[in-house]
Amino acid sequence: MSKREDDRCGRKRKTEAGYKSEDCMNPDSSVIAAFKVFQQELDTKHDKHERLVKISRDITIESKRTIFLLHRVTSVPDVEEILTEADVKLDSVRQKIGQIAEELKGEDLHQFHRAFTPGIQEYVEAVSFHHFIRHRTLISLEEINARLVFIRENKGEGEVACVLTFQITPTDYLLGVADLTGELMRMCISSVCNGDIDTPFQLSGFLRQIHDGFSYIGNTGPYEVSKKLHTLRQSLGKVEDACYTLRVRGSEIPKHMLADVFTSRAATHLDPDEPIV
Amino acid sequence: MSVTEMFSFIQGFLSADQDIREDIRKVVQVLEQTAREILTVLQSVHQPCGFKDIPSKCLKARELFCTVRNHTGELKTKFPVEQYYRYHEHWRFVLQRLVFLAAFVVYLESQSLVTREEVAKILGIEVDREKGFHLDVEDYLAGVLILASELSRLAVNSVTAGDYGRPLRISNFINELDSGFRLLNLKNDPLRKRYDGLKYDLKKIEEVVYDLSIRGLTKEQEAGGDK
Repeated sequence: MSKREDDRCGRKRKTEAGYKSEDCMNPDSSVIAAFKVFQQELDTKHDKHERLVKISRDITIESKRTIFLLHRVTSVPDVEEILTEADVKLDSVRQKIGQIAEELKGEDLHQFHRAFTPGIQEYVEAVSFHHFIRHRTLISLEEINARLVFIRENKGEGEVACVLTFQITPTDYLLGVADLTGELMRMCISSVCNGDIDTPFQLSGFLRQIHDGFSYIGNTGPYEVSKKLHTLRQSLGKVEDACYTLRVRGSEIPKHMLADVFTSRAATHLDPDEPIV
Repeated sequence: MSVTEMFSFIQGFLSADQDIREDIRKVVQVLEQTAREILTVLQSVHQPCGFKDIPSKCLKARELFCTVRNHTGELKTKFPVEQYYRYHEHWRFVLQRLVFLAAFVVYLESQSLVTREEVAKILGIEVDREKGFHLDVEDYLAGVLILASELSRLAVNSVTAGDYGRPLRISNFINELDSGFRLLNLKNDPLRKRYDGLKYDLKKIEEVVYDLSIRGLTKEQEAGGDK
């Protein structure tokens, strides 16, 4: 016999008379009780997701501002000052990532990955840009993750402080580095416009290495990576063209007019949607 | 680490990931096959002759769920347990089907809604994420909604087979389900879209009940219709 019979007997008669049965729904039924539990579970999950989305947005904004700041190294004499200022900004981003780590404590991070992946990719882009300007190398995933260790003082009675970590996945790292190449391309063009004719060649070599790395990975990565490979090829093309122009025509043109050559030449390669560098 | 070394490392990671997914896909395929077998057994209750055989069909389905438990046991071994959601998309669909099938069997046996704990037991998995390979609450709810559609079809076919009491019981059951779902704050995701379909199931069943009521067919069954 169904355990539901008691619940339904009263309603059955009313249904036959044509009343809507939901008016007499038994609020104590086990089905309703179960759904109240589901409601709480879903609400908790959605709330956490929303909190992570907010933190991710903050990370994106601050990382983008750091990148804009870093671009100024091509036009100011004191590079170190900008790098130091950027360090401070990146530290505040890391604090935000610490908040993500707290939210994810005890959770399966992949359940919420969609919420924070945009911010994390932007952070990877910013921190690897910073690293390149200072060291002229690609920051490794290990180095990035090494700085994402957070000590949390435990407010309980005499308990040990706990250590939280946030591990950026290889995929997010890959996507962040792919976006980095776009910034490097911009840096290349703007450094030439400012009379720096060494940086483009350094950048060209570096970008080529990254491009080769992505080609090696090919389609084995997630499809977002394949999409970014297309943009990467365009960026590399622009940088290689810039180097060609410098090599072929650089000696003919006075330095102060070099900028004009590049602005007009770069313009021929631009997509209609891309901002002018 | 040079750029080349970094990308080599990443390539290794992606390769290993692909291998795991390949393994998972193979087990999921077998699971899907078993799910189809269970569905074939249970579908036959829609036919007039299938009606009387409901108990034996439920037994047969229960036997097949043994096979399901073997498969889920194997699936658990294919990846690290704490990465459930990394690979969740691979089995989400088949798990929802299995929830529906378990709920269908339980409904045919006892005309009640199977609980999450019961489904987990039938499928050989956990309810809580911390305990291991578990049943996500949204997958459970999706399976329950599939059941609602199946029952609206069963209501129609019951009448054709001459059982005039069943549609009423189905109507009460689905109405209660709907009340439960109304308590949830759903986001604009696939579960919400599936829930939007519930009102059409409700409407269909109510039309069946109405057709029976105005013809006085339900009163005939009242004496012997209650289980």
